[in-house]
Amino acid sequence: MKKLIIALMLFATPMLSMGAASPVPLDDADVDLSDKESLQRGFKYFVNYCLSCHSAKYQRFERTANDLGLTFEDVKQNLMFTADKIGSTMDIAMTDKDANIFFGVTPPDLSLTTRSRGPDWVYTYMRSFYLDDSKPMGINNTVFPDVGMPHALWELQGWQEARFKKSENGQMKFEKFELVKAGSMTPEEYDAAMRDLVNFMTYLGDPSQMERKALGVKVILFLLVLFVLSYLLKKEYWKDIH
Amino acid sequence: MSFINWVDERFPATKVWNEHLAEYYAPKNFNFWYFFGSLAILMLVNQILTGVWLAMSYKPDAELAFGSVEFIMRDVEWGWLIRYMHSTGASAFFIVVYLHMFRGIMYGSYRGPRELLWIIGMIIYVAMMATAFMGYLLPWGQMSFWGAQVIVNLFSAVPFIGEELGIFIRGDFVISDATLNRFFALHFLLPFVLVGLVFVHIVALHKVGSNNPDGIEIKENKDENGIPRDGIPFHPYYSVKDIVGVMGFLILFSMVLFFAPEMGGYFIEAPNFEPANPLKTPDHIAPVWYFTPYYAILRAVPSIMGSAFPGVLAMGAAIVCFFFLPWLDRSPVKSMRYKGPIQRAALGMFVIVFIILGVLGVLPSTPALTLLAQVCTVLYFAYFLLMPWYSKIDSTKPVPERLT
Repeated sequence: MKKLIIALMLFATPMLSMGAASPVPLDDADVDLSDKESLQRGFKYFVNYCLSCHSAKYQRFERTANDLGLTFEDVKQNLMFTADKIGSTMDIAMTDKDANIFFGVTPPDLSLTTRSRGPDWVYTYMRSFYLDDSKPMGINNTVFPDVGMPHALWELQGWQEARFKKSENGQMKFEKFELVKAGSMTPEEYDAAMRDLVNFMTYLGDPSQMERKALGVKVILFLLVLFVLSYLLKKEYWKDIH
Repeated sequence: MSFINWVDERFPATKVWNEHLAEYYAPKNFNFWYFFGSLAILMLVNQILTGVWLAMSYKPDAELAFGSVEFIMRDVEWGWLIRYMHSTGASAFFIVVYLHMFRGIMYGSYRGPRELLWIIGMIIYVAMMATAFMGYLLPWGQMSFWGAQVIVNLFSAVPFIGEELGIFIRGDFVISDATLNRFFALHFLLPFVLVGLVFVHIVALHKVGSNNPDGIEIKENKDENGIPRDGIPFHPYYSVKDIVGVMGFLILFSMVLFFAPEMGGYFIEAPNFEPANPLKTPDHIAPVWYFTPYYAILRAVPSIMGSAFPGVLAMGAAIVCFFFLPWLDRSPVKSMRYKGPIQRAALGMFVIVFIILGVLGVLPSTPALTLLAQVCTVLYFAYFLLMPWYSKIDSTKPVPERLT
């Protein structure tokens, strides 16, 4: 038993999880990849609001349509603005060089952002833009201080101000947001929309993951059967060894 | 005349089969810990097969490498499965080998006449580390790049020749396309060197015979036919038993492979999903978990006159210590079963220290954690350096004549 515990411990040490660093606590994105409608809505927000400055160049429209249960016609008509072939990757027209001139920095490719930063990070980040006169663009973000990205979804969310409180050690600590100008969505609707977006981006990070998990169940069940059979075979061979 | 006779006259097929499988007598009391040798071979084969298939779509080019991995993950048929089998397999290979080594230490499998067997095993371990290190550069993510940067800089810390040595390894002044190309070439070659080393490891094993949990020689008690009384033929007994081990292992392996291939950021680190960027250092650079005990030792040793070389030496020495185990252990008995409380406590402490160092190697260093790492480093070396003394004075239990 003792040996087994040691073996399990060795196997379990890597379980302690490592997340992306953020100065504020992250909210739970509550990702659910089985929610196809949420993924489809997220796809819509993604191509409308993200996919003009950011690319997702490792992913193809065709693959996305298939995985999300959309027809090629639907995607071509409503979701492909620059690409014309369903098999093309979700790239953008802007070159890195131009982006550098326009923004001073190349907006990162978003194919893998939920994998490098985590879904909770993206979810909290998208809801944490606030007005800040001290910044060149007049906005800031509590998750990513001094961020270079404008608040691309302000029309949906509106504008919020951040309230800070002086903590015991004299540092300014983020307390809460206050909406000062309403957007086209209520705060609840906006949170739900961002959840859809992050849900989609989580799919985008590893599009085979639904297939992978479904296959995993079958593989493990098959291996369990083989385990029992091989154990019985071993017992039969070993019955004369004492 | 049968086909096998025709072959046997030209190639010793039956002879090899008998000598190494059907008439290779292994002790009958192998326990749980004896699964890991065959599992290590399984993992080596897994790595080579999945690796060859990955190489069919991978591009060892700094511009294309990152994208080609994503191409494998998204566009290559079953590419995601092959890639995750390879990335999970790398960590699983190390888990299995660490447990295999622990078995050897626990039952004194390195003691005479198995010194060479142990040393060949240690060479395999070092070759594995080199292979894994070069393989980790290939996805060309942030941690690939910066991890390689840190490790190659260790070689640059060598006095006098360090700078030249670093350039020699990288093929450039920085980690670059040239480095990626040569690491790919070597990462493809080294596994076949490993196969050769494993072959030699098994040849040596079959010359001296397997040790066992009791640490007694079954060859010293043979029947009238010259067959060890406590031995059973490897095939079919251990071949069918190892299949059970393989199935049990594959279940655990599949749980990670299909449901947590990143293993919470330890098997595939999160920053590695960003392409390598020589201008942007990640907040915290940690090597993959299987290197972290040594990395913690490296960081624990203070640098002298601005040179990290003492740490590098300590790290090298931490690995070299294992090679000398056959001569450090002066206990009259081999197996921990018959060793006394001092040696049991020493091994228990060593395992705990190794795990603590492994955890520390992942964490960013703080003064308190560095102190803990320093204490653990001292204990780590004490385990080896004091062994000739404590293994001699420790009490022992009587060793039985026959296997229990």
